[in-house]
Amino acid sequence: MVKRPVPNEFIIERDEKKCIACQACVRACSYDVHTYDPETDTVESDDSKCVGCHFCEALCPTKALRTVRNPSAYKENANWTAEVINDIVKQAEQGGVILTGMGCDKGQRNYFDHMVLNASQVTNPSIDALREPMELRTYIGTKPDCIEIDYNENGPVLKTKIPPQLELQTPILFSAMSYGSISLNASIALARASAEIGTFWNTGEGGLHKALYKYGKNTIAQVASGRFGVHAEYLKSAAAIEIKIGQGAKPGIGGHLPGEKVSAEISETRMIPEGTDALSPAPHHDIYSIEDLRQLIYALKEATEYEKPVGVKIAAVHNVAPIASGIVRAGADFVAIDGLRGGTGASPKIIRDNVGIPIELATAVVDQRLREEGIRHKASLIVGGGFRNGADVTKAIILGADAVYIATAALVAMGCTLCQKCYQGKCNWGIATQDPYLTKRLNPDIGARRLVNMLRGWSFEIKEMMGGMGINAIESLRGNRENLRGIGLMEGELKMLGIKPAGEAW
Amino acid sequence: MVMKKRKIVINEDVCMGCRLCEVHCLVKHSKSKKIIKAFKGEYPRALPMILVEEKGHLSFALQCRHCEDAPCLSSCITGALYRDPNSGAILYDEKKCVGCWMCIMVCPFGVIKRGSEKKIVSKCDLCLDENVPVCVKNCPNEALICVEEKL
Repeated sequence: MVKRPVPNEFIIERDEKKCIACQACVRACSYDVHTYDPETDTVESDDSKCVGCHFCEALCPTKALRTVRNPSAYKENANWTAEVINDIVKQAEQGGVILTGMGCDKGQRNYFDHMVLNASQVTNPSIDALREPMELRTYIGTKPDCIEIDYNENGPVLKTKIPPQLELQTPILFSAMSYGSISLNASIALARASAEIGTFWNTGEGGLHKALYKYGKNTIAQVASGRFGVHAEYLKSAAAIEIKIGQGAKPGIGGHLPGEKVSAEISETRMIPEGTDALSPAPHHDIYSIEDLRQLIYALKEATEYEKPVGVKIAAVHNVAPIASGIVRAGADFVAIDGLRGGTGASPKIIRDNVGIPIELATAVVDQRLREEGIRHKASLIVGGGFRNGADVTKAIILGADAVYIATAALVAMGCTLCQKCYQGKCNWGIATQDPYLTKRLNPDIGARRLVNMLRGWSFEIKEMMGGMGINAIESLRGNRENLRGIGLMEGELKMLGIKPAGEAW
Repeated sequence: MVMKKRKIVINEDVCMGCRLCEVHCLVKHSKSKKIIKAFKGEYPRALPMILVEEKGHLSFALQCRHCEDAPCLSSCITGALYRDPNSGAILYDEKKCVGCWMCIMVCPFGVIKRGSEKKIVSKCDLCLDENVPVCVKNCPNEALICVEEKL
């Protein structure tokens, strides 16, 4: 048969009247879309290479460029969409697994968009959030069963020993992105922003680069199945430790950092030979039960002298509630759950788009289950996977989360346009790449500033929404499901979420 | 008037070599000051007074350093190059220039360039009429930084 190419996804429209042939786009594109012809003094674009990252548009000084969707269309078909057809064409050509980056984009119901918040009217006063004190501070870690207080002449003294806690000035943390999957400059930006805001960033499974040890107080160190970069100093330098069992974008799948990304510095950080593939197995080969998990949790607690919270991160899957219960009973100080829309640097598309459950449902059922079992206080709940704004955060906290992990939003703040080509390692924005030509495009000063701005904006918005509900502390909002109502949801979904339909009074 | 000494410094760790500083410098020193006209409608085309140097993945923008001990000043036979007493910058008076190019010969940084005619024109003037030099203002990655010290 005639070889059939996959149609271009995008077309570059160049306004020749505006193009001054300065070649900023030529130098900008790591995919070599643009080329300069000195004979005609013009720049041409090869649309077939364009990934739609908009970096050239951002640089073009005359705004002569536009990246538009290719209008070339197949006969409209609800089942056999262009994506389905093109994937088959690619596989017929190459016979491999189709890779992708970022979170699931298939548009399974986003429950956040089907839930609305409450506000106070007449019978209870709302609070002017920007003028009155509002408390967003929260603590991650095991809380004691009860508190004993000694009253003496100096006032009350806490007798109970409180287990180690992470203090968050806003209930938002940066979730795990390894050095390797993202550039060092991106990690530096995340770490600096965490230190400035008073929250935490997560090393992912890539270890901690020596330049980042100084941010240890704001670092959550991850221990994943590959155990890359895990050593005593790494564990001790961090504020908390997270055992990674699974990831929302690829539940049940391991990780694979291709050898070409394993530079000298990554090799040193991950403690693997330079240029070798970094393979994270799908399971931890020493964890096949809750009891095994307990051993690792306590090994890590022992290694850090019981001074740091140790948590466990899992992907939101069908059995998430009983698994979370087991994790709490295994001694975890926090449980992190990553939902269906959680992002990744590389995942088989078929897994990303079809495995796991939305984080809204997972949050609600885990919180409910832990409450029913009387162990909710034993561990904090951090949820992540596609949180887009302050409203999503607020709704998740109402559904029972203590705090929220964000990563995609953080990358967007640093330039990411979700072109989903992270796995190619050619990120024009300098985020998902180790190419020295590209990594320097992310100035960590700008990155940190923008992350701080975003978190500040979200925090203001959360305060405003809380004020409207007449609540002045984030801790009073947690699990406060009367403040949430469902719209257009079926009875079973409402039951899972533990909320009433919109219109029903308290 | 507060006298300030303006310096343009480069953070080469984040210079991506896009050369937008060159583009905007050219526009600033064109007749029309309009980007499209400066490139497509002015002959001869203006020249940028900043130059991006590249080797491998290292790149940085370079322009006149306005040296304290400036060889170009002592080599200029007509006084076309002079130090501005207010800013300490080394400026260029085209009317006085005879085009002997001694300044080009002696500049240790190679940042003085021949113009399209015989005289020199390509010489950073620190955009003293702007709040911030255009190269700094338009650097997309804040690799160029403007530092001002009180004299």
